[in-house]
Amino acid sequence: MLALIARDIRIALRTGSGFGLSLAFYLIFVLLLALGVGGDRAMLAQSAPAILWVGCLLAAMLSLDRIFQADMEDGSLDGLALAPMPLASVVIAKIAAHWLTTGLPLSILAPCLAVLLNMETAGFVWLFVGLIVGTMALSAIGTIGAAITLTVRRGGLLLSLLVMPLYVPTLIFGVVTVQAALEGGDPFNAFALLGAVTLFSLVIAPIFSAWSLRVSMQ
Amino acid sequence: MSLWSYANPAKFMAFTARLMTPLWVLTLAAMGIGLIWGFFFTPDDYKQGSTAKLLYIHVPSALMAINAWAMMLVASLIWLIRRHHVSALAAKAAAPVGAVMTVIALATGAIWGQPMWGTWWAWDPRLTSFLILFVFYIGYIALWDAIEEPDRAADLTSILCMVGSIFAFMSRYAVNFWSQGLHQGASLSLDKEENVHDVFYVPLLFAIAGFVLLFLVLVLMRTRTEVRKRRIRAIEEELAHA
Repeated sequence: MLALIARDIRIALRTGSGFGLSLAFYLIFVLLLALGVGGDRAMLAQSAPAILWVGCLLAAMLSLDRIFQADMEDGSLDGLALAPMPLASVVIAKIAAHWLTTGLPLSILAPCLAVLLNMETAGFVWLFVGLIVGTMALSAIGTIGAAITLTVRRGGLLLSLLVMPLYVPTLIFGVVTVQAALEGGDPFNAFALLGAVTLFSLVIAPIFSAWSLRVSMQ
Repeated sequence: MSLWSYANPAKFMAFTARLMTPLWVLTLAAMGIGLIWGFFFTPDDYKQGSTAKLLYIHVPSALMAINAWAMMLVASLIWLIRRHHVSALAAKAAAPVGAVMTVIALATGAIWGQPMWGTWWAWDPRLTSFLILFVFYIGYIALWDAIEEPDRAADLTSILCMVGSIFAFMSRYAVNFWSQGLHQGASLSLDKEENVHDVFYVPLLFAIAGFVLLFLVLVLMRTRTEVRKRRIRAIEEELAHA
């Protein structure tokens, strides 16, 4: 499993897909929204948690369709399915690799972008911690969508249509965590629920993804 | 003879063919009684005037919007467990009906909300979760359309339906957590002393029965169409091989 994670990360680094691209996307998204809102510092600061979370969500979604697609095309997915480990473990490795190449870098970039949006410093830690935890859920839920749309030609748009509603709970708890911190409330309530969503997603995602993969590979 | 014998497409078709006309009559009768009674023979609400009469469409359609998804979930599970094709096709047939019910509930709610709340739309938990439900319907329908191979499409949409149910449920509570509501509590419940007053309650029950029947009859009709389409497909494949 570790070998598989290492392999996926190497591929992501060498082909330059995902990694840098999703970070650049995140930056541009925030830039465009700031331009759209129109430089009103107070308003930007107020909507910063939402902008940063939604941007992260979209950026993490960009690379979802590559999770299984490349392996399907060159046949290595069949090899993995036949490997002496459950397909669910393969999926867990894929989730880990996807998170390490998109979720983690995005979470690290987010506080830097929060500076651009004039977000108050009280929210920085919770934004970062929330994103670290929340992006795991995004990667996990994303693999379900990626596995379901694997055989669909040009499934990228369909994938986002399927995955975005599934992201609702993660987004809500993530944003509320940061907002509570900004308003001086107790952010831990929402954060605990965010953690619950993540843990739950990490449990069910491998099962449902592996199931969908088996159906798709028939 | 068990219920499962109707999972045989031939038997299903024969049975429902006889069922369709009486069901349509019942549907129209129940909807007619409920809506005409509700619209014309109930007193106006003393605060809301006649706008409150949208209730007779709003409540039943909202109810069916959720029940349609529940029915799709059950049908999907039956397909996954027992591999009855009719069940998968029934789930497919129910999705657009459920989606339309969701739109009706949202639209009547907006039309009622404009004079009453002073706004067409509020990001209230109930409204928001209905909008989310609608997006789930769209995704489900789109996935059915996107996959050519019928069994694979049935499998994958069933999985999506299960995952979607889990997350739709979670979203429902997440949205509650996120904002306080403007929408009143449930209008009907079985264990509450006070329901809507009897004058409104009885026609509402008729209207609900009408919508349940309407859903049933539409789903059966669409399922029959799907079964026929499946047969055409089978014939075409046979011709292609011959």
